[in-house]
Amino acid sequence: MAEGEKISSNKMLKQAIAFNLFRILSFSVVAILIIILSFITIKGFRAISWEFLTAMPEDGMTKGGIYPAIIGTFYLIAGSMLFAFPIGVLSAIYINEYAKDGFFKRFVKLMTNNLAGIPSIVFGLFGMSLFVNTLGFGDSILAGSLTLGLLTLPVVIRTTEEALKAVDHSFRLGSYALGATKLQTIRRVVLPMSLPNIITGLILSIGRVSGETAPILFTVAAYFLPKLPTSIFDQVMALPYHLYVISTSGTNIEESRPIAYGTALVLIAIVLIVNLLANGLRRYFGNKVKMN
Amino acid sequence: MKIRTHQVNLYYSDFHALKGITMEISANTVTALIGPSGCGKSTFLRVFNRMNDLIDGVKITGDIFIDGQEIYDRKTNIDDLRKNVGMVFQKPNPFPKSIFENVAYGLRVNGINDKKFIEERVERSLHQSALWDEVKDKMKKSAFELSGGQQQRLCIARALAIEPSIILMDEPASALDPISTAKIEELIYELKKNYTIIIVTHNMQQAGRVSDKTGFFYLGELIEYDDTKIIFTNPKNPRTQNYITGRFG
Ligand SMILES: Nc1ncnc2c1ncn2[C@@H]1O[C@H](COP(=O)(O)OP(=O)(O)O)[C@@H](O)[C@H]1O
Ligand SMILES: [Mg+2]
Repeated sequence: MAEGEKISSNKMLKQAIAFNLFRILSFSVVAILIIILSFITIKGFRAISWEFLTAMPEDGMTKGGIYPAIIGTFYLIAGSMLFAFPIGVLSAIYINEYAKDGFFKRFVKLMTNNLAGIPSIVFGLFGMSLFVNTLGFGDSILAGSLTLGLLTLPVVIRTTEEALKAVDHSFRLGSYALGATKLQTIRRVVLPMSLPNIITGLILSIGRVSGETAPILFTVAAYFLPKLPTSIFDQVMALPYHLYVISTSGTNIEESRPIAYGTALVLIAIVLIVNLLANGLRRYFGNKVKMN
Repeated sequence: MKIRTHQVNLYYSDFHALKGITMEISANTVTALIGPSGCGKSTFLRVFNRMNDLIDGVKITGDIFIDGQEIYDRKTNIDDLRKNVGMVFQKPNPFPKSIFENVAYGLRVNGINDKKFIEERVERSLHQSALWDEVKDKMKKSAFELSGGQQQRLCIARALAIEPSIILMDEPASALDPISTAKIEELIYELKKNYTIIIVTHNMQQAGRVSDKTGFFYLGELIEYDDTKIIFTNPKNPRTQNYITGRFG
């Protein structure tokens, strides 16, 4: 065998090994995901019924449904996004489009990144201290939404920043060269182009918000509250906390098991549905950007 | 004189990119800027619509007059200046919008909302840039569906729509095939009747074909500026001579 061929066959072998290794690894990730999903689905499926989705919990949460927790989770998703999305997107626009490179910009970026690394229980404590006590909102949808909003703010800011950065500079130049102001350029060119990616940030945040337990623990979540909220100052039940409660400190943990898996399944389904909706939105805006 | 610059110096922070450029440009002429890469042609072009202002750390000294107005004066409104001084970039950069909206963009950001007026102006600009026949049936289609050459003519139409009197072109055909290039050159010849054009080009033949005057830049200096005919047949400076005959650059 000629020297060259030997080297190249050696290279190909290495390639093949690396390639297959990567393939196996990525398959195992998918496999684990499928196992978790099927486990929850099989275990939880029996608990799901129309009544389960629309009734109040009963008998120390061993019977009845999880309706108030579903509604509570929806309120918290909506509330936190109402807070985090505009503030996050506007901050990112400021950081990326307006702030000059320098100390302030670096400082803000450092802070956002650090914010993202803080454990969620700390957000919970902070939210309790600021929103519940100091500002006097009490345990309420408002306090919980603000806490969850804070938690997800770094995600929104960072994904929005990435989305803005992905818009090629030449589009901005083209706009300025036509006498457009910075604000017009952002509004008419940059934002429409980055919207699909900004929506991805929204999806990620919603995923995170809907599953968090720690931040709502001391700020909004009710242990057992078989009625719907009437204002943003009311407490609510929420799916992740409900799941935690009936799996650890319910009146009869063994008897509540099916309900726990049912709750988990509903939680996953909600995240999935919200993701699909947001994906549709993303695709819709993606097409609009091209066509408009 | 349509444009007059006097002793223009430009610095990127500490880097002295333009050194004492003095130049006069008459209305309705095509001026070509030539010279090796990095000699400051694009930088000089961006002086006229103040696009250098967008770059951090840029300092400019000297005088630049357009129609007798000092454009770096406090009184100058930059957005108005850019309406008067259109620009076409090296790589076609249409917006991800429809063909129609691309041309209408400059009108809309300048506060024009009259639908009829916009439609007429869009059509006229597309006629001027010799694109109308190719796009008249697909105005609502995305500009990205056009070929590179068509996109560049769309960008020219986009610039024309707001009725500038000066058009800056930075190697407008360097990313295009020969046929599209020829179309752009024809277009420049047409546009000269109504506009003052400054074009940066790497292509000597192109400079020879389209321009009335040519300026040769080298390391931030304007080495020689004269009638294109003279620059290409009888340059006074040996460095110009060397560049033209391809001995460097
Ligand atoms: N944004 C910038 N920041 C710093 N230096 C720059 C910048 N743009 C251009 N330069 C420098 O200025 C010089 C002239 O650049 P340019 O005008 O682009 O040259 P040309 O168009 O003739 O190729 C080059 O040395 C280039 O490196
Ligand atoms: Mg250049």
